Amino acid sequence: MDLHLNAAKASAEERVAMDAALKQLESSPGDASLTVTSDGQADGNVPTNGLPTRSKRHLLLPVLHAIQERVGWISPGALNYASLQLGVPPAEAHGVASFYEKFSLAPKPPVVARACDDIACMTRGAGALCAELERKLGPAGKPCSLGKAIWQRSSCLGLCERAPAALITAAGEKPRERVIAPAYAESIASAVLDAATGKLPDEIDTLNAKVSVPQDGRSQLRLLRRVGQVDPASLEDYRRLGGYEALRRAFEWGPERVIREAIESKLLGRGGAAFPAGKKWEAVHQQRESNRPHYVICNADESEPGTFKDRILMEGDPFAVLEGMTIAAFAVGAKRGYIYIRGEYPYATQRLEQAIHAARAQNFLGEDIGGRGFTFDIEIRRGAGAYICGEETALFNSIEGYRGEPRNKPPFPTQSGLFREPTVVNNVETLVNVPEIILNGGAAYARIGTANSSGYRLFCVSGHVVRPGVYELPFGPTIRDLIEMAGGVGGTGRLQAVLLGGAAGSFVSPKELDTPLTFEGTRAIGATLGSGVVMLFDDSVDLEQILLRIAAFFRSETCGQCVPCRVGTIRQEELLQRLIARKPLGSKEQESALLKEMAQAMRDASICGLGQTASGAILSAMDRWSLFL
Amino acid sequence: MSEQLQAPSPLIPIPRAPAPEIPVPAARRDVQITIDGKRVTVLEGATILDAAKTLGIETPTLCFLETLTPVNVCRVCVVQVEGSRPLVPACSRKVEEGMVVWTDSERVRLSRRVVLEFLASSVDVSTALQLQAYMKRYEARPEKFGPRAATVVQPPKIDNELYVRDYSKCILCYKCAEACGVDAQNTFAIGVAGRGFHAHIATEFEIPLTDSACVYCGNCIGVCPTGALMGKIEYDMRAAGTWDESRQTRTETICPYCGVGCELTVHSQAGQIVRVSSPLDHSVTQGNLCIKGRFGWQFTQSHK
Repeated sequence: MDLHLNAAKASAEERVAMDAALKQLESSPGDASLTVTSDGQADGNVPTNGLPTRSKRHLLLPVLHAIQERVGWISPGALNYASLQLGVPPAEAHGVASFYEKFSLAPKPPVVARACDDIACMTRGAGALCAELERKLGPAGKPCSLGKAIWQRSSCLGLCERAPAALITAAGEKPRERVIAPAYAESIASAVLDAATGKLPDEIDTLNAKVSVPQDGRSQLRLLRRVGQVDPASLEDYRRLGGYEALRRAFEWGPERVIREAIESKLLGRGGAAFPAGKKWEAVHQQRESNRPHYVICNADESEPGTFKDRILMEGDPFAVLEGMTIAAFAVGAKRGYIYIRGEYPYATQRLEQAIHAARAQNFLGEDIGGRGFTFDIEIRRGAGAYICGEETALFNSIEGYRGEPRNKPPFPTQSGLFREPTVVNNVETLVNVPEIILNGGAAYARIGTANSSGYRLFCVSGHVVRPGVYELPFGPTIRDLIEMAGGVGGTGRLQAVLLGGAAGSFVSPKELDTPLTFEGTRAIGATLGSGVVMLFDDSVDLEQILLRIAAFFRSETCGQCVPCRVGTIRQEELLQRLIARKPLGSKEQESALLKEMAQAMRDASICGLGQTASGAILSAMDRWSLFL
Repeated sequence: MSEQLQAPSPLIPIPRAPAPEIPVPAARRDVQITIDGKRVTVLEGATILDAAKTLGIETPTLCFLETLTPVNVCRVCVVQVEGSRPLVPACSRKVEEGMVVWTDSERVRLSRRVVLEFLASSVDVSTALQLQAYMKRYEARPEKFGPRAATVVQPPKIDNELYVRDYSKCILCYKCAEACGVDAQNTFAIGVAGRGFHAHIATEFEIPLTDSACVYCGNCIGVCPTGALMGKIEYDMRAAGTWDESRQTRTETICPYCGVGCELTVHSQAGQIVRVSSPLDHSVTQGNLCIKGRFGWQFTQSHK
C-alpha cells in the first residue's frame, strides 16, 4: 500500500520525540523480537492494511503517547510522520488518535489538570472543588496560567480512597505527571502553576499503605500482605517475603499440573466477568501444538468508577503481578506478555517498569528463566483514556494500534485474541492470586471462602465510609461486615444506598446489607460483585445526581461502534435530565417504561458489556427507591 | 548396497524427499439448525443470515453487504439463539450444529425496533428507503425521544465536483470505510474517527477529500445505504426537486475505458446519465468501479 500523506510536516521536536520512542520500543526486550505472524484474517471491525509482518502498527499507541507527552497535542505533521514510520494510513492513525481522551488533535496547553467529578469524588466534595477551581483558574476547558495550562473535569481516576482526586500532566522535554489526592483547589492551582513554570518535581505520587490499606490484622492478609511492608522497587524484598517461590514450584510441577491446580482452585476472574481463570489457561494450553504464538495479557485497565484495588497491588507489590503473569505464561506456553494499564495510572506504571527492569536483570524475565529453558518477557502498554479498552477484545485492538472497539465474540480470546492468536487475559488481582494457589495447592485454595466463591477478594470501599480503602477478605462476610471493618458509615452516619460493582454494577439498599459478598450471594439479590466496588452514600446525597453522573459516564465512554450503545447511552442521559428537571415527556411512568425498553435493547443487542450493563445501576436504583417524584 | 547399484533411470526422476503434501481444505460438513421451529441444513461456515434466507425468512440488515466483511455494528439483524444471554447478529454469527434460533420473538422485535428508533431519532433518514421500510415493518416511532433528542445534524461536505458527503444522514455502518480499505479499494482515505455519539467517518484531521488519499472511485457511494454519500449530480437534482427514479431507466453495458470488462448500470433520466453503478453480483466488479467507470461519462452529454 502506498501511503498518501498531505503536506503537513512534523517539527524537529516532534520528530525527535517519535524517533526516540521508536528506538526505545524497537530495542525493548519485550518488543524487539515481535513478529506479528497473524495471517491478517480479521473480522470487519479491524482492517489490516498490507502485510501484517511489514507493519509496525502495534507501536502506534506508544508513539502517539510520545508526541502527546512531548508537545501536548498531536499535530497533522506529527501524525503524518507517525503514519510514515509505522506504515499506517493517516486517516486510520487519526481515527485511533481521536479515540482516546488523553490525546488532543488540536493545539492544547502543555499542562492539563484533570479534576475527578465522578461518583466517589462527588461524595467527597468534588462539586465544591470544581466550583473553587473555576474561581481560581477560570472555566473548565479554557486556557489559564498565561495559556500554558488548562483544567478539565474527568471521569473516575481510580483514586477513590483518597477522594477527591486530580491528575496533572505536563508535556515537554521532561514530561511530568502528578497525582493529587486528596485534592484541594489550592493544591491543584499551585501544582498547575509549578508545572506551567517548569518547576514541578519529578515525583508522581506516594503509596501510603496506612491510608490506602487500612485493614487491621494485617498478618492474615494474603494478596495485600506485602503492600506497605516491602520496598516495591526491591526484588530482594519481594523474594525475602516468599516472592518467586511459586514460580519455582510451577517449574517443578510443569504446565499441566499448574493448570490442573488452577482449575481445582475454582479461581474466578476478579476483573468483573468472573470467568474461571484455569479454564482460560487450559483452552490456550490445548493449542500448544499449533505452532501459533500465545500471549498472556494482564488487564490493568482498571477504569470502572470506584475501582482502585489493582492500582494498589501494582504500586505496592508489582513483582507479584509479574510472577503471576510468568506462571500463567509458563502454563499456557506464551513467550510474550503485555500489561495494559490505564493511562491515568502513572505511578503504578512507573512501579511496574522498575519491576520489569529488575526482574530482567536477575533473569526472572527474559531468556531461559531460572535455567529452565523457559523464555518470557513483558511489555507495558499504557492506555490513553478509554474505559472501553478494559473490555478484552477492545484491549487487543488498542494494543494492535487500532481503535479500541470491541470485537464480536465468538471467536473468544483463547482461540483468537491478540494479533488473532490464542491469548489469556487475566486481571491484576486474578494474577496476584496465582502464587497463592501454587504455594498452597488448588484444593486448599478452593476450601477458602464459600462453595461457589473460592479464595480471597479485594474490595474497594469508598464514599461515605469512615476508613475508605482496599480491604481483603476471604469470601463469605456480608456487606454489613465489610462496612463495620471500614469503621462504619461516614458522612451523616445514616446510610442511604450502597453501589456494588461500580457504574456497571447495581445499587442495594440498607435493608440488603446482610447479603454475603460472594458471587452467588450478590446474584441472589440481582446485584453483582463486579470489580469489587463497595461505595457508600449517606442520606445527604442526591441519588438522582449520582444516576445522572453514571449516565454521563457511559455516554462519554461508549466507543460508538454499535447503535444500541452509541445512541442508547445518550438517550438514557437525556431521559434522566428530563426526569430531574421534572419535565417528562408524557408522564413519569411513560418515561420509566421508555427507559426500561431502551435498557432491554441495550442489554440484548449491544456488542459488549458496556452497552449491556449501561442501564443496570440506574434501573436498580429506580427499582429500590421512589425517585423523580 | 543394492540401492547403490540401482542407478536412477534418467527418464523417471526419483523424488529425493517425500512429495510435499498439498493441504486439501476439509470438505465442509452439513450443519443442521432450527430457525423459528423449522429445521434447515446448511453448509458449515454459513451464517444464521444465510440459513434464514434459505427458509425465506427476511432479515433486516443495514451494515451488512455480501461483498464486505461483516462488521455487525448496526444490530438490526439480531436474532435470539437459545443458550446465548444477549441476542446475536445474524449477519456474522456462524451456524453451529443444533442451534435453535428465533428471528421474530418479542425480544428480537423490540431490539430491532429500538435500534431503528435510535437511528431515526439521531440521523436524517429521508433518503434511506430501506431503513424506512424496516421502520414501517417494526412500527418504529423515533419521535418518542422528544424534539430535543441529540442528532448528528451538520452541513453537507461539498469539496469536490464528483460527490457529496452529507453526514447528517450517516448511520455509521462502516461500509464506506471498508470499501475504501481492504475490502475493495485499499486507498484508506477515510476511517472512523472520534468516539461515542460523536464517532464519525473522516479523513485525517477532516481535510477536504481533494487533499486526502481519495481516488474518487466512488465505491463508498456504491455501498452507502442511506444516501449520505451521493453523486453530485444526484445531490443537485434532489435539491432542485428534479430527481425522479420512477422516470429513470437502467441500461446494462460494459465500461469502454480499459480491458477489465466492468459491467456498468447506467441510470438515465430524460435522456441524461444521472448515475452509474455496477451490480454487486458481477464477477469482475462486485459492485466496484474506478473513477472513469463511475464518473467519466460527462463527455456523452457535452454541449461543446
